[in-house]
Amino acid sequence: MARISIEVDGVGYSDDVEPRTLLVHYLREQVGKTGTVVGCDTSNCGACTVHLDGASVKSCTVLAVQADGHEVTTIEGLATGGELHPMQQAFHENHALQCGYCTPGMIMQSIDLLHDNPDPTEQEVRDGLEGNLCRCTGYQNIVKAVLAAAAATPTHSDAAAGTGRSGGTA
Amino acid sequence: MIPAAFDYTAPESVADAITALGSDSEEIKVLAGGQSLIPVLRLRLAAPTLLVDIGRIEELSGITEEADTIVIGAMTTHADVAESDLVREHAGLLAKAAQTVADPQVRHRGTLGGALVHADPAGDLPAPILVLDAELVIAGADGERTVAAADFFEDMFTTAVGENEILTKIRVPKHTGWGAHYEKFTRVAQQWSIIAVAVTVQVDGGVISQAKVGLVNMGSTPTRASAVEQALVGQPATGDAAKHAASAAADGTSPPTDTNGDAAYRRHLATVLTGRAVRAAVGG
Repeated sequence: MARISIEVDGVGYSDDVEPRTLLVHYLREQVGKTGTVVGCDTSNCGACTVHLDGASVKSCTVLAVQADGHEVTTIEGLATGGELHPMQQAFHENHALQCGYCTPGMIMQSIDLLHDNPDPTEQEVRDGLEGNLCRCTGYQNIVKAVLAAAAATPTHSDAAAGTGRSGGTA
Repeated sequence: MIPAAFDYTAPESVADAITALGSDSEEIKVLAGGQSLIPVLRLRLAAPTLLVDIGRIEELSGITEEADTIVIGAMTTHADVAESDLVREHAGLLAKAAQTVADPQVRHRGTLGGALVHADPAGDLPAPILVLDAELVIAGADGERTVAAADFFEDMFTTAVGENEILTKIRVPKHTGWGAHYEKFTRVAQQWSIIAVAVTVQVDGGVISQAKVGLVNMGSTPTRASAVEQALVGQPATGDAAKHAASAAADGTSPPTDTNGDAAYRRHLATVLTGRAVRAAVGG
């Protein structure tokens, strides 16, 4: 077992984990953040996307021990005081989900996308979401939601990004 | 899917990493960004007894400039390589290829050094490193040694890095002012290249003065399309010259046959994509 200390959605956790524990399993089973889901388990679908020090990662492809000493934001850490994050709101208003399974990852990656590119074209949104698969093939409204979120946020700010990018790479 | 159990150590210096690699654990693997290794562990295609995580060695990350060289730490991520002003200005081909690796999440974690040592024949970074005539700095128990990119890629998934060594730095000669393009052919998003072509050219007064062309997945290691390079030098920087030179792109290659296409299809693709890549490179 290895001892790790991780900040998840603003709360510090210290836990013993096996080195082989994937970050997604740690988040779901030890921290209880079941909003982050396991999709394909093969690094393809992006359903498990979270932010590690503010940058999107596939949490099935990070070991929990690699996140020791770092900050993780999950889909559960976006809303503040009962208010949806602007990206969550945009997904809601634009019906950007069908079965909803890809939604946590789609929203986390969409926030990262607007952090890098606050005013993307439709093609740039599609390219930026290339690591996230929607098996309902409901991409049209997902892209619409991301464009709506971008339009609703006139300037590049932490409000648009949700989480500030901090620290170096892990 | 859960990897088989392994021991884990995260040294904070290159010297400690080398020491860990010399331990008597049965099968030791180096963990860089993990974007190729962790999927392999999950599928239990590999079951190492010890993982040496070099992600906490600060000196292995970052991009610096020397007189006529860009020095990239092996643990620098694809995202940082792609976004680096230094790399964009002096090794544009590498920045463009890094931007096409997998997807944004993978580019945030995957590293240049990890991708080079993994040496997947369909990987995007080996060919640019080869054509830019980079040098690879490898650390071991006896200190550092430097290997030219042309000698680094030995076979599929096999490089000059020995069992008790790690790649620490990639030294890329400046190609300031060279045009560059990385043309990648995939069937679906985030797929490995069926093939890809890496081109960088220097154009003086409308004439191609130097040309470097590399092929991805046209053999077990990245390949230089020497016949295309020779055919381009001295030619006007035009589409006709590109098309003529590209017809030799598949000469001397032995591409694989797999479910994405047979060898003849890849040879044909190589000529088409090389033409496109050269036209794009001379144009900018």
